[in-house]
Amino acid sequence: MSSRIEILNDGGYRSDGRKQYELRDITIDLTQQGTADGSAQLTHGLTQVLVTVFGPREAKMRSQTLHDRAVLNVEMSVAPFSTGERRKRSRADRRILEMAAMIASTFEPVVQTNLYPRSQIDIYVHVLQQDGSLLPACINATTLALVTAGVPLLDFVCAVTGGVHSTSPLLDLTTLEENDVPHMTVAVMPRTRKVTLVTMETRLHVERFRELFELACEAGQTIHREMKYAVKDRTVALVNAMDAGSKGGAADDHDRDVVMDDRI
Amino acid sequence: MPEISIRKRPRTEAVVTQRKFFKKTARGKVVKVLRERYLRDDVACGMHSCTLCASSQDAVLPSSGSLDHPSFPSGHFVLPDTNIFLSQMDLMESPKFNPPTIILQTVMEEVRHRSLPLYNRLKALVKADDKNIWVFYNEYRSETAVIREEGESPNDRNDRGIRKATSWYNSHLSLARPPVRGQSRPPLPVVVLMSDDVANRQKAEKEGLSCVSVRKYVEGRKDSNGLLDLLAAAGSDNLDPTPAAAARQALYPDYLPTTTLLAGVKSGRLHQGHFNANQYNYLEGSVPVPGFEKPVLLVGREHMNRAVQGDVVAVEVFDEKDWKAPADEVVDQEATLKNDDADDSEEETDDDEALAEQKMLRAEAVKRAESSKQPTGRVVGIIKRNWRSYVCHIDSTSLTSTNPTSLSQQTVFATPVSRLLPRIRLRTRQAPALVGQKILVTIDRWERTSRYPEGHFVRALGKVQSKEAEQESLLLEFDVPYRPFGKAILDCLPVEGDNWVVPPKNPVDPNWKDREDLRDLIICSIDPPGCQDIDDALHARRLPNGNIEAGVHIADVSHFVHPDTPMDSEAAARGTTVYLVDKRIDMLPALLGTNLCSLRPHVERLAFSVIWELSPDAKIVDVRFTKSVIASKSAFTYEEAQIRKDDPGLSDELTESIRLLNDLARKLREQRMAAGALNLASPEVKIQLDSPESSDPVDVEQKELRETNSLVEEFMLLANISVARKIQETFPQTAVLRRHLPPPRTNFEKLQDILRRRKGMTLDVSSSGALAASLDKCVDPNEPAFNTLVRIMATRCMLSAEYFCSGSVARDTFGHYGLASPIYTHFTSPIRRYADVLAHRQLAAAIGYAPLHASLHSKSHVERVLEVVNKRHRMAQMASRASVEFYVGLALKARSSKATVIEDAYVIRAFRNGLGVFVSRLGIEGLVTFKHEIQFDADNYTITVPAGGQEITISVFDKVKVEVEVEQDKNTQRGRVVMALSQPIDSRSL
Ligand SMILES: [Zn+2]
Repeated sequence: MSSRIEILNDGGYRSDGRKQYELRDITIDLTQQGTADGSAQLTHGLTQVLVTVFGPREAKMRSQTLHDRAVLNVEMSVAPFSTGERRKRSRADRRILEMAAMIASTFEPVVQTNLYPRSQIDIYVHVLQQDGSLLPACINATTLALVTAGVPLLDFVCAVTGGVHSTSPLLDLTTLEENDVPHMTVAVMPRTRKVTLVTMETRLHVERFRELFELACEAGQTIHREMKYAVKDRTVALVNAMDAGSKGGAADDHDRDVVMDDRI
Repeated sequence: MPEISIRKRPRTEAVVTQRKFFKKTARGKVVKVLRERYLRDDVACGMHSCTLCASSQDAVLPSSGSLDHPSFPSGHFVLPDTNIFLSQMDLMESPKFNPPTIILQTVMEEVRHRSLPLYNRLKALVKADDKNIWVFYNEYRSETAVIREEGESPNDRNDRGIRKATSWYNSHLSLARPPVRGQSRPPLPVVVLMSDDVANRQKAEKEGLSCVSVRKYVEGRKDSNGLLDLLAAAGSDNLDPTPAAAARQALYPDYLPTTTLLAGVKSGRLHQGHFNANQYNYLEGSVPVPGFEKPVLLVGREHMNRAVQGDVVAVEVFDEKDWKAPADEVVDQEATLKNDDADDSEEETDDDEALAEQKMLRAEAVKRAESSKQPTGRVVGIIKRNWRSYVCHIDSTSLTSTNPTSLSQQTVFATPVSRLLPRIRLRTRQAPALVGQKILVTIDRWERTSRYPEGHFVRALGKVQSKEAEQESLLLEFDVPYRPFGKAILDCLPVEGDNWVVPPKNPVDPNWKDREDLRDLIICSIDPPGCQDIDDALHARRLPNGNIEAGVHIADVSHFVHPDTPMDSEAAARGTTVYLVDKRIDMLPALLGTNLCSLRPHVERLAFSVIWELSPDAKIVDVRFTKSVIASKSAFTYEEAQIRKDDPGLSDELTESIRLLNDLARKLREQRMAAGALNLASPEVKIQLDSPESSDPVDVEQKELRETNSLVEEFMLLANISVARKIQETFPQTAVLRRHLPPPRTNFEKLQDILRRRKGMTLDVSSSGALAASLDKCVDPNEPAFNTLVRIMATRCMLSAEYFCSGSVARDTFGHYGLASPIYTHFTSPIRRYADVLAHRQLAAAIGYAPLHASLHSKSHVERVLEVVNKRHRMAQMASRASVEFYVGLALKARSSKATVIEDAYVIRAFRNGLGVFVSRLGIEGLVTFKHEIQFDADNYTITVPAGGQEITISVFDKVKVEVEVEQDKNTQRGRVVMALSQPIDSRSL
């Protein structure tokens, strides 16, 4: 049936009414979740993930403890109702393990693990609903959850998917688009402009790669702005709650980056 | 870097913007589908200088609409609904019909779901330069998006969306033109909803929209006459159904419902296949189906049940006791039905046709050998109509008034040029003007109460027998894309144009990168005289070790034609260059074909070379492939090369090279023949044109074959085989290859039987080698041409070769039967065949010259492209053949006006009332029919005719003399070749 839906029509619209370089709506909810040290629920289009972070805390598994830094432990679970075809996935599902490993390796160079020797940071990723760009949504939500948990990061990590329909690049793909066009996921550190992850599961022509890659990096900056505002709003709310009388503080330094300042 | 933004979706709109539904898949699983829709305010209305829409620079609609329709004096725009495009596409496409038109996204999508061919036409229409069409993406604009309500059908939802968009447009128009204080507001143009759906129109009127039916709209125009003909027959729903029609008796059985058909096919009770009409007998057709070895025979009008050539039909097969043999009689539609009246078909029960049908069925009663019977059945439904536009003539006898100024509507017959199609009933106001012209007609429908399908006139192509009309009708009939190359395509050519040259040697220049410099090699090309697109050249030289180096150099087309460019897509769509007698329709722009990629002598050209080291007995020692730069030393014709080779006085390098090549080619050919390759024959004739301008044919002659023809052929085969091996090895999943499947044994049954009975000869068809050997033995010492005749007939029993993607079929079906080669491809003519371009790209990737384009890694993409190319090849062959036939006709006409033309002919078929003959000198087949009863012996393939007291028996394979003449059908002006026996007996008296 997907053959009867045009990925990019002659008017330049994609099947959901977006244009080539438009990203889907992003909503971020950083409300405290139970006993977690940090959490973020991120809705990206119709993809919805919840990430909770515990730690840094004392390592439980002796065997995996490292004496000079903290261990990142990522666990992922996918709700059976999250996809079109209702299916229960075990935690040991190859695909899920792979994605969890990718998230862990994306954050290892970003989290300042050397500050917490012999401890561990647990990241739990819950996939509630899927409509494409799942890995970027998980990565973005993990960044936010780590930030709210006060884990020191070198920078944000912002991820996005990009694909090529014929010769036209598209950003932020839905499931429908992912099934149709060759695509890749790119995660960037917006301040340093370093790239921590590039992954591709489909063949993408080499001549298209460069253009798409640069676009995806640029899109990372756009997503970064969105994430920054969410963090800032939460900080303002917290500051106001702590001291209703004191003014200034976080409210007027909107242009400063909050990554390092956010360890309240 | 383009601006990247996030589309914000207000939470409150969730109902409109999010959709969640459950769907059952083909495998019976229930799937949840989530869709999201972003509504925007920047979807432009497309009106010039609209003050509300930002991006109006590419707007195409004039701001005050069209002022030339009397019903809408203040200007109007047309907004058609889906059905208009589904049933009135010809009208919409007409260059005479171009009111400013708004097409809604809803309409585009609905058309796409209903019919992809129509959707593609619609897309082309939107892009056409001479139309004022704006596509409005109403589903993405916040004010016009609609969602399906509970209990609403998708159709109703779409209609509601269309009405909503119409009303939005009208209010948008008034908002964009706010009244100026103190001035009376100028009248606003209106957006008119065009719909043939009465209920939809009523609803629209209730909502205060102006709406109109197509017919009413067209009738209201000043130039309505020409356009009214374009209206499809179904468009006349406003006319009262005539009581006569209602009471009309059904002539055909009803079709079964689609679900029953599909279930029947699935369960094996019904069979599905393409309907093939019989060109000799319009009352008979057949449907090849997978369930039976022989095609299912359909006898009689009723059993064919309104199927038209090419339709996919479902047939029910009768019990074996009711099976029949194909008729052995020629039944001509025009002759039989000439008195049928186009206007009324009620009284068709007891007429000529019924008689003909009865006669045929009576003849059937004569017992025939059980073996010739084949499954017989009837059409019970149509799976898919494959109707297109057909080139026709108007039958002048069907006109009620021939007064050239008459504009009254008449019902006339259009007779298609193709003998496989039924006559089409047509309503037109221009009938007298169309007589004697070739016209294009589309079938709209075929009711069970009507003997003939009903259609409408699309456009006139020109006078019958005029070169232009004949040429264009031929191209249309065989679906050859012949429009000139557009600007986007020509923009892909090198900017230097004709002045492009190979730049001076420089290893960093992209033109020279990884190319071998072969400019010093003694390379030459050998082609037919007057060849402009030289795509191959050759060389050979002795190596110090006693072996021979031979090379084939092919124009490097893929250097100029890059994947994913407009030029590449166009070439892929054209598939092949089409050669007509007086015209060549190029696959690639002429600059490439006849200049930059043509390996002309004394000019440096880019090439793709295959270079072998061959032992003196022509065994491959080594082969390599390389991109190269060559400079051909000479361009020979076959004749010149032959003369040069045979001239003992010459011993220069070039001549030696040709001798060497010729020597090797002979040995290669021997090896191929020993491996079981077939030496096939097809009737090839050449038309001698007086001069290219006048294109009056002077004469027809048979093509002469020289040794040097075969020289070139052998090396091309060798190159193709070597390349096929290489690309298959490197890209086992997606290599572009060509194969020729072995023919099913049953195809030869009839020919074997005729040979056995008439000549006492046998044909061993167990393998291509055995067939080749037994064909060699089919020799009649008295008739030197007999062997060729048998070869031609054997060739017709075979399947045609086809391109395929190596990953899509089993490895053991790769073989090329005719060439007896286990693997084969096309590499040597990239200027004129698209498959060769693909092979070039794959070979370039295989030798590491350039990365392979992503599309050539995709099996489904390669399959899709090759399917088109295969179809185009078939059509191109038929078109060239038809073009030759047309010119043979012209030449005959010229000759027969001076003297009667008598030619030798061979009998190839015997019918109950005639003979099928083949005239080898003209390369045409013809029919000799007898008016009186003759004795016909179906088992022995003979007829016996009385000749002044005694009797003469004529049988298949007999040599006869026929008088050939071209007769112009008085009614349709269609020229046709008529043959009559002149020896051993004059058939005109019979
Ligand atoms: Zn506007």
